Amino acid sequence: MNPTRKRRMTVIGLILAAVGIATALGVVALTQNVTYLYTPVEVLQGKVPADARFRLGGMVKADSIKRATDSLKVEFVTTDGDADMTVEYHGILPDLFREKQSVIATGKMDNGRFVATEVLAKHDETYVPRDVADAMAKAHAKHEVKDAPAPQKQ
Amino acid sequence: MNEFFSMGGYGGFVWSAYAIFFVALAIDAFAPLVRKKRVLRELRGRSRRERAKTGDMP
Amino acid sequence: MNPLVLWFHKLGSPPYFYRFAGRLVPWFWAAALILGAIGLYGGLVLAPKDYQQGDAYRIIFIHVPSAWMSLFIYAFMAVNGFIALVWRIKLSETLAMAAAPVGAAFTFVCLATGAIWGKPMWGTWWTWDARLTSELVLLFLYLGVIGLYHAIEDRRQAARAAAFLALIGIVNLPIVHFSVKWWNTLHQGSTVKLFGPSLIDSRMLWPLLVMAIATKFVFAASLLSRARVDLLELESGKEWARAEADAAEGRA
Repeated sequence: MNPTRKRRMTVIGLILAAVGIATALGVVALTQNVTYLYTPVEVLQGKVPADARFRLGGMVKADSIKRATDSLKVEFVTTDGDADMTVEYHGILPDLFREKQSVIATGKMDNGRFVATEVLAKHDETYVPRDVADAMAKAHAKHEVKDAPAPQKQ
Repeated sequence: MNEFFSMGGYGGFVWSAYAIFFVALAIDAFAPLVRKKRVLRELRGRSRRERAKTGDMP
Repeated sequence: MNPLVLWFHKLGSPPYFYRFAGRLVPWFWAAALILGAIGLYGGLVLAPKDYQQGDAYRIIFIHVPSAWMSLFIYAFMAVNGFIALVWRIKLSETLAMAAAPVGAAFTFVCLATGAIWGKPMWGTWWTWDARLTSELVLLFLYLGVIGLYHAIEDRRQAARAAAFLALIGIVNLPIVHFSVKWWNTLHQGSTVKLFGPSLIDSRMLWPLLVMAIATKFVFAASLLSRARVDLLELESGKEWARAEADAAEGRA
């Protein structure tokens, strides 16, 4: 390789390395300081300032969804495995909202309850057809595994 | 057939997503064709003008 | 010289590339259309419903391939930009700049179809989580490259400046890919994995992979037809370009 090209390559390499290192540092800083959501146990540990609006993430506990009959009010319990948190919400829930599904609620704390203004459902990365899901649920029931999300009611 | 188009109630979402996909790719595919026509026309115009200047009309 | 290297040098010559690419483009479009038809039939008709999302998940058959293409094309653009900057090969400059609009189109499709899927499933069109935000940054990088290329008068200088921007922006690619691992995001993790089993049923996986190959052909065809026009414009003073113009008039 001739010297000019070698020089260009070195310069580009150095610039890329510098930008790469700067970005890596930025990413490390962001992963430590920017949280998209807090889990119930983090909230109970007081990691969220009082009166702050934040996102609460967790799994909807089985048999915890209580819907009001006369309004869109809904109440459910989210859990991260270590702690539970009751969520109150007025509005339309996303289609993926159901028991044992991860949800992300935005709102703030009010007397130990989380009052949400928005509830989003998080989807996991698995795509399973109905027949396979049913077969899996049967096998799980047989072996008393209790972690499969409830199938969609239709 | 109707069931296919309704997509279990998500028809509006599914088909509008597919429409965006096809429209975007169609624009992407036809843009270079249109540009090529224009560039070729300009090229012919330029060579015609140059020939006219040097005086050797074909 | 090695015949392969010799062919590579020949390919770098604009008139040779122009004719060579011109022969390939129709075949690439045909492959894209046939594979696309097979993939969409598999995805929209043959693949079963998802047990949680019902039919709404069928958007992934265009969303996921578009997302892969948005990253793939960016890498292609940056590699060609690197070659253009170091070796000053005209063809690499052209290929890098021709890739940018195609990549921007796929990135836009990825964001738009993702939003359309997100509304019924997540409950929102958009959220500022790490995956969505970094993909939006990717779109702006593409637009920045295209904008810079058109802002500078001299075509070759413009291509090299834009190639440099493209090269710098490559740091965003790992961020897009790993964002779902590094941060808590609303967006789910990777379903299809290069290493280890994919978390998707095979009846849903094959249409997705066929669509991924179809979009590769769409990119190849669009890239080559764009590169041909760029070369024609770049070499408008040369004899071969004039000859092509006259031949095109004869055909019309």
